[in-house]
Amino acid sequence: MDVLFLSQLQFAATCMFHWIFVPLTLGLSIMTAWMETKYVTTGDETWLRMTKFWGKLFLINFALGVVTGITMEFQFGLNWSEYSRYVGDIFGAPLAVEATVTFFLESVFIGVWIFGWQKVSKKVHATSIWLAAIGTNLSALFILQANAWMQNPMGFTIRNGRAEMTDPLAVFFNPYGLIKFPHTLLSGYALAAFVVMGISAWHLLKKNEVDFFKRSFRFAAVWAFVASMIVGISGDFHAVKIAKVQPAKFAAMESIWETKKSAEMCLLLLPNAPQECNAFEALKIPGMLSFLAFHDSNAEIKGLKDFPKELRPPVTPTFLSFRLMVGIGTFMILVSLAAIFLSRRDRFEDNRLFLSIMVLSIPLPYLAEQLGWLVAELGRQPWLVYGVLKTADSVSKSVTSMQVLLSLLGFTVLYGILGAIDIFLLVKYAKKGPDSDLSNIINVQGRA
Amino acid sequence: MDISIFQIIWFVLWGVLWGAYFMLDGFVLGTGFLSGIIAKNDTEKRVLINCIGPVWDGNEVWLLTAGGATFAAFPTTYALMFSNLYSALVLLLFALIVRGVSFEFRGKLDGAVWKSSWDKAIIVSSFLPALLFGVAFGNIFKGIPMRNDFVNLQFSYEGGLIGLLNPYGLVTGVLFVLLFAVHGALYISTKTSGDLSSRALSLANKIWPALLAVAVIFLAYTYPATKLYDNYVKAPLILIIPVVAVASLLLIKLFAGKGERYKAFTFSCLTIVFVVATGVAGLFPNLLPSNLDPASNLTIYNSSSSLITLKLMTVVALIMVPIVICYKIWVYRIFRSPVTGEEVLGDKQAY
Repeated sequence: MDVLFLSQLQFAATCMFHWIFVPLTLGLSIMTAWMETKYVTTGDETWLRMTKFWGKLFLINFALGVVTGITMEFQFGLNWSEYSRYVGDIFGAPLAVEATVTFFLESVFIGVWIFGWQKVSKKVHATSIWLAAIGTNLSALFILQANAWMQNPMGFTIRNGRAEMTDPLAVFFNPYGLIKFPHTLLSGYALAAFVVMGISAWHLLKKNEVDFFKRSFRFAAVWAFVASMIVGISGDFHAVKIAKVQPAKFAAMESIWETKKSAEMCLLLLPNAPQECNAFEALKIPGMLSFLAFHDSNAEIKGLKDFPKELRPPVTPTFLSFRLMVGIGTFMILVSLAAIFLSRRDRFEDNRLFLSIMVLSIPLPYLAEQLGWLVAELGRQPWLVYGVLKTADSVSKSVTSMQVLLSLLGFTVLYGILGAIDIFLLVKYAKKGPDSDLSNIINVQGRA
Repeated sequence: MDISIFQIIWFVLWGVLWGAYFMLDGFVLGTGFLSGIIAKNDTEKRVLINCIGPVWDGNEVWLLTAGGATFAAFPTTYALMFSNLYSALVLLLFALIVRGVSFEFRGKLDGAVWKSSWDKAIIVSSFLPALLFGVAFGNIFKGIPMRNDFVNLQFSYEGGLIGLLNPYGLVTGVLFVLLFAVHGALYISTKTSGDLSSRALSLANKIWPALLAVAVIFLAYTYPATKLYDNYVKAPLILIIPVVAVASLLLIKLFAGKGERYKAFTFSCLTIVFVVATGVAGLFPNLLPSNLDPASNLTIYNSSSSLITLKLMTVVALIMVPIVICYKIWVYRIFRSPVTGEEVLGDKQAY
């Protein structure tokens, strides 16, 4: 196997593993901060118990997100040194800013939050989880702007044998990233809300701590619906942007082979990539695709056949990932809307069917998260920086396939073990339920 | 302003970031790999973890910042340093990953096997980075076997993992381990009380002579093994840096011997910063020299970003670094009092 293939495999594996933990961190950090704020403002101890319980799950999950994040920063240089040299003048800046502005904020104040229950006042304690959560959420902005530059490069020129920044504002305010930011960030909130609802539903099925988990469920249902809606709406805008700046990706996402005006949307479709056509199309909505792509039902959509074969992304996986992601997203909007109404009812803890659906739904947003990144990254191929630098020209030249094979094995074993332990601990602490004894916190914090 | 001014500013910042990282993570790593020797029972182990718990993550970010700054300010150096030292850095990465989760995981289950496994993981994953960072910096000081053609953009590397384990690299590795050991032991002595604190202090006193011996070997060996002293011959004024390093090293023993823990720890901070500065000042203007051909050296001039990126990064650093330092000092003040066994046992939140 060659270095390029192994490096791609390793990059995909380490990114996707990292992204198992990040969305929950994004969402649960804010939700925990919200719960603690409710406790500080109302003095209601149930909010404190919620903060502690969900906060503990947040921390177990957070640990793996942090350590796998170190890999992300190192591996551009490790495996993609040609890329790093060629675009470092632009791509390095958001990464360095991310570390200085957001990683410090997140990691310093998470320390205060974990170890400071008995050291700082209630208000300072709640502020520290907010600062950590803001750091975490803002770091997504910088890394998405870095990624946006790879998708929609702007504010640069090719000079001195590399890409050089000419307009920092264009790099840091890339519209592609500004649309992707709410889409990605809120998908994390939706995921976290579904996790909270799912775990709460599990306990309600067992009639454990009914009041505690009813309140958690109702709290999360609103988050889930609002976040899922925003993910859907921003996703629509995101697709419009893609149709404009990455037409080949858009054509692959929808499996459009022929260029046409007023393109119809097929609700059921299966691509046949070797024959450059669709094997199956059904339930057509006339003009719908043109409308979705350009908000104009007469607009022309460029088909894959208009792109040279070597410049097309892998159609079938891009298409399937996109369809499945959209399907799950739609399901999440409908289910969370139902959750809001059903959980208002007095004895909703007896609705076993509904609660079981919520428990079983936990994996779905995780799947959608992975699929979303597959669309984003597979759909950009064969480019690493769209239209500027190909993936095949980006790989490290001094690294041998044996080195990458060994590191890939190492990552697989290490991540496999740590991931299994982390998920085991998450499940264990989720099942255990909230602590009842909070005396040592309340006594000390009473002085605030 | 001329680009070379910004290249020099970023060279200095690059050195400062590495110095800050080694000073701050040095005592965390030291505490980690000494925990097996110093702590006698589970409570003491938990006390040690709680000494570093609130700050380790924030300290590690200095590494990410140093890495990010290398990427943003000197992308060619970032690209070639990381890819040429691939296997060593992957190993380092694995160790840092294990260390990070081990603090979180250890206290989450009660079994004896579980705890002792994570105790071992903490020791190994703290020792390895100390050694590997030393070996890496020894090789950076010495130069690595690479040929770089900056005109035709052809870069090649003729070394491997085993080649990094040369005598000079190993001496620097041992130097880092001993620096962090003394530093960690002194940190424990300031952050704990009673018997544990006394044992940590006496361990620092015991390790110190070995540190002194290796430091002398390192300084002497640097002369034949590297070109670091060339800059000191050219500009004798900068000799102040190694002089401060050596003076701080001696003052550690003076204060540790008298039991003045905070002063001894302060001087071990200074020692680490100035040892790093001694090497970095000797490197200038190189970031990563080649030991095959001086024309292949990666310097601040042939590997830097464009003027606009350097300016942008300078503005960000000038605003953000002072803010970060302020809130980090505030956090260290909050957690300034020593951690005790009663506190750890009585607090369900503690690790």
